[in-house]
Amino acid sequence: MYYIDPHLHMVSRTTDDYETLAKMGCVAISEPAFWAGFDRGTAESFRDYFRQLTEVEPKRAAEYGIQHFTWLCINAKEAENVELSREVLKIIPDFLDCPNVLGIGEIGLNKNTHNEAIIFQEHMELAVKYDQQILIHTPHLEDKYQGTRMILDMLGEHEVDRSRVLVDHVEEHTIGPVLEAGYWAGMTLYPVTKCTPARAVDMIERYGAERLCVNSAGDWGPSKPTAVPDLILEMRRRGHDEKLIRQVVYDNPRTFFSQSKNFNLADPATRGAAT
Amino acid sequence: MNSKQILDREFLDIRGKILEVAAALDRIQRADGDVSDDPRMTLLAEAVKVIAASQADPIRAEKIQLLCSREYHENWLEGFSMLSRN
Repeated sequence: MYYIDPHLHMVSRTTDDYETLAKMGCVAISEPAFWAGFDRGTAESFRDYFRQLTEVEPKRAAEYGIQHFTWLCINAKEAENVELSREVLKIIPDFLDCPNVLGIGEIGLNKNTHNEAIIFQEHMELAVKYDQQILIHTPHLEDKYQGTRMILDMLGEHEVDRSRVLVDHVEEHTIGPVLEAGYWAGMTLYPVTKCTPARAVDMIERYGAERLCVNSAGDWGPSKPTAVPDLILEMRRRGHDEKLIRQVVYDNPRTFFSQSKNFNLADPATRGAAT
Repeated sequence: MNSKQILDREFLDIRGKILEVAAALDRIQRADGDVSDDPRMTLLAEAVKVIAASQADPIRAEKIQLLCSREYHENWLEGFSMLSRN
């Protein structure tokens, strides 16, 4: 089955991973800007990172027939440095017209601090000003519930089209408020700290598949870039219809991304037909 | 799948996970030192109670998630001295 992984940090992965993803049916990836595992010292470091996301990764992905899309921001962890964040925010518009940029992300909160909230709001203003879609990171573990509710409060203060916002890393205690507020929700399949394929399928069964996506969020830490096929297998083992599975892993991310002017996914069923 | 089919499929897996929890708690107790007053131990004990209790609604996972979450205050914006957009 063809699928899209809507959240995958390929700058942290090897070329072998691109090959494996292609073999497993992955036809497109979206890569939000995130924390590199260390705090960067200057805004120019981010300019280079944005060049990697908009120039280098699309070429690596294309070698394996995978389309690469991206989102730009300064992540919540480094947003604690307000001065640096504001310098990075000034750079972002230079890249918004790059052909694989879908919007602003993954913005959000990490430890739910005052500075993180300030920079989240300023990212929101940037997204509204440039009519960008928004991808939102929610905090980890004990901070998730509080941080998700704070994010929903802040989102409610901006005039954004809720169908153009995806709140990511939802789990059992946060998926309800996100969907009820009219936003898209993303479930991340992580070995320990987020959601297993079984629990993700439980949430699909409980809430339905509308406005729900699933991703691996594969990065430099413990993670599995091929986690989406694990979810496909779990749904099949439970006897779910292929149409429902396709909705979750292909149709839904395609529908959400299609609201960005830069999203131009080639139909995998007809790729290469003209050659 | 019906309840019986799910139980048939997952019984050994659930049994194995419960054994892992039991063994980990044994390991902590067997080791030097005392963590009985560590709030994380209280959390784990409360979570086990949620699993074991009969539930009117099947939302054990959600309850454990909330049990392990920091509290949310609706008026948090005031504490942050941030100007509301409204």
